Amino acid sequence: MPLDKILVTTFGVLGIVFTYWFFLMKKEREVAVKNEVDITVEGGYTPDVISIPLGKVTKINFFRKDSSSCLEEVVLGEFKIRQQLPLNKKVTVEIKPQKRGEFVFTCGMNMFHGKVIVR
Amino acid sequence: MKKTYPVKGMHCASCVRLIEKALSKVDGVASASVNLASEKATVEYNPKVASEEKIQSAVTGVGYQLMIGEEIKSEDETKIEKAKELKDLRIKVVISLVLGGLILWGSFPGLIKTAPVFLQNFWMQFLLATPVQFWVGSAFYKAAYPAFKHRSANMDTLVAIGTTVAYGYSAFVTIFPQVVKNIGVEPMPYFDVATIIIGLILLGRYFEAKAKAGTSEAIKKLIGLQAKTARVLRHGSEVDIPIEQVLIGDSIRVRPGEKIPVDGVITLGESSIDESMITGESIPVDKTKGDSVVGATINKTGTFSYRATKVGKDTVLAQIIKLVTEAQGSKAPIQRLADLISSYFVPIVIMLAILTFVVWYVFGQSPALLFALLNTVAVLIIACPCAMGLATPTAIMVGTGKGAECGILIKDAESLETAHKINTIIFDKTGTLTYGKPVVTDVVSMELDSRLPAGKAGFRGNDNERDRILQLAASIEKGSEHSLAEAIVKEAENRKLNLDQATRFKAIPGYGVEGEINKKKILLGNLRLMDKESIQYNNMSKKIDQLENEGKTVMVLAVQKKVAGLIAVADTVKDSAREGIRALKKLGIESIMITGDNSKTANAIARQIGITSVLAQVLPDQKEAEVRKIQKTGKVVAMIGDGINDAPALAAADVGIAMGTGTDVAIESADITLINKDLSSVAAAIKLSKKTMQTIKMNLFWAFGYNIILIPVAMGILYPIWGVLLNPIFASVAMATSSISVVSNSLLLKRFKI
Repeated sequence: MPLDKILVTTFGVLGIVFTYWFFLMKKEREVAVKNEVDITVEGGYTPDVISIPLGKVTKINFFRKDSSSCLEEVVLGEFKIRQQLPLNKKVTVEIKPQKRGEFVFTCGMNMFHGKVIVR
Repeated sequence: MKKTYPVKGMHCASCVRLIEKALSKVDGVASASVNLASEKATVEYNPKVASEEKIQSAVTGVGYQLMIGEEIKSEDETKIEKAKELKDLRIKVVISLVLGGLILWGSFPGLIKTAPVFLQNFWMQFLLATPVQFWVGSAFYKAAYPAFKHRSANMDTLVAIGTTVAYGYSAFVTIFPQVVKNIGVEPMPYFDVATIIIGLILLGRYFEAKAKAGTSEAIKKLIGLQAKTARVLRHGSEVDIPIEQVLIGDSIRVRPGEKIPVDGVITLGESSIDESMITGESIPVDKTKGDSVVGATINKTGTFSYRATKVGKDTVLAQIIKLVTEAQGSKAPIQRLADLISSYFVPIVIMLAILTFVVWYVFGQSPALLFALLNTVAVLIIACPCAMGLATPTAIMVGTGKGAECGILIKDAESLETAHKINTIIFDKTGTLTYGKPVVTDVVSMELDSRLPAGKAGFRGNDNERDRILQLAASIEKGSEHSLAEAIVKEAENRKLNLDQATRFKAIPGYGVEGEINKKKILLGNLRLMDKESIQYNNMSKKIDQLENEGKTVMVLAVQKKVAGLIAVADTVKDSAREGIRALKKLGIESIMITGDNSKTANAIARQIGITSVLAQVLPDQKEAEVRKIQKTGKVVAMIGDGINDAPALAAADVGIAMGTGTDVAIESADITLINKDLSSVAAAIKLSKKTMQTIKMNLFWAFGYNIILIPVAMGILYPIWGVLLNPIFASVAMATSSISVVSNSLLLKRFKI
């Protein structure tokens, strides 16, 4: 096999492995929340994993800095919330979880994900 | 500057005055208005003199919390912002397609000969493509970069990589043609691919944004139903005030043609009210003193005054808006697979694109680099995660909105999904299939019954004798609180009969009543009472049997231990019951009636309606167990009741449906609430569920099918057999139309006739 093809194959395999590692093996960093948390919406959610207490009202303040239309809505399906997030405005949603577990929140098109862990 | 802020900690009208006073003392504040019901403060101030911090500290100083940074955006502001976004998008689409079209003209093999020479120049194409790539296409980079930093990827990532590859290669070819030539590839740029892809994807996004706005129209319509002002009696005179300032207990006056501002009870006057916007019922309802009225409905004919009983977030309309908003935010179980795939989709597509490049470069025919590049771009561009993400929620949004327009309130997406599987419906009889208010249906006079022909239907004997029977019965029952007694007294009132003075009244529980009128002993009760008192009724047995077989409760009136007549009372069947059951039969759904009545009465009612399965003599606390028993046979069961008395049975059913109510208690306990009293709505709700599910399945089929079929085609899977490859420009056309087709299909639900 010519050198260029060997190189393309090698870089291709490395690229695939890198893509898998970079996007799909991201480690979750959980932030414990007592009453209120600010989540920045920019290329995803920061923090994207929050743990909140069971049976208590927790305020989640979303602040969207990203103009991508993908992120203009946030959906917390388990809590029946679909909320518009105007650009550069703080939008607060309140949730009062009634059961323990892990609940995903996403953008309106389900491209970006975050997680609410109820403990 | 005028801004509205949420205020926390208020609980009474004096809080309002206190905060308003504190705000008005702040230098630079021109006016301040605080609303208790909505918990908001609207402040008009000069920003050069007063600051938000000063305003906030004034409110904090009197013990409340004013939330800065959470000022409420009006609907209009959001609309203006959205319109501006769409306008910008339109300009960018036009510019990119015009510039991309010129490049295409100067580079496409079939058109190149007709194009001016300057357009065929690579440097000119480079010049035209650069603003499209970096100004028009900046939206993709702006979205992809933060996502990348966040180790996430979305559709913008794919478009950004795809167009950058096409543009980057083309720029390289333009600047270093010799380098490309040296490796055996003809130096041909593909600026047209990058620019047209950007233009078409933005065009798709433009149409998608317009269509998506239609999916949430129902909520906007519901919010739009709200009246803006109310004419309230304050300090002895009528004043028009904003609806937010109406308080519970306010007396409100409504003239013909006006919208009723908030919920309440009529205190003076009467009118005919159009409630179609809330219940879906087109016929106006007559209302008079003591009747309740619902905010946002329209007063048709008379002028009336009413007392406000619910304001702000407690009104029926506010409850409906809350419910529909929540339903639209919920997720249907059918969406789970799409959710799972979406979370891995974009990285997998990037991996497939790399694989495509490698395979074409290593095994493809000459010029392998070009084939590898173009097919990689096609794979990145054709993949459409958006269609998968939009397939279910858009249909749920339109479906729940359509339901709300017709008085069918669906609690969440899961209820909507389960409803399409229902094959058995259990109806609670009283109040659901019947009006729940017994009325006198027959009065039979003993003396002349056998000699005289029947008078009006159900009433045998002559009018005087029948009236006398009713008069005696009503006189004796006047002191009783039993529902049957109420029916008899009401019928006597309707016939304008003067009642006698009864003495020695005594209720005999489980039997009837006794008393004296003009020193004659009167007994009114069931056959057991007659047996107990050894009163003969053999000559009336046939008539009694006949009435009982018709589902009526028969009471015998005896005067001085001799039977004088019969009074039959029955709960009347709702007009829409028969039609409602027939509609369900057409859908192949079995209807069962559940009631505490004896089986004779229950069967008679069931026959009238067309129900063949009856569960009679079921006590209220046994209904839940009956529901579970039927579920155990493998049936998907819906329970229909009033939502208040039968909450456990509604909760036990696969789908609990509350009928003819808009109270928050019922909404809370039911999966589906039918605000109108029309039983045909039950079949309508199930039809809506079936139609919505059909739309979701179709959307998912297209969204999945599109990606499953076209990604391999873009990779070149058909090339070895038929020599077919997907041009990246066609890939962008397909990609742009896929999301639009899914949203448009959901919007078709709006046309569904319930």
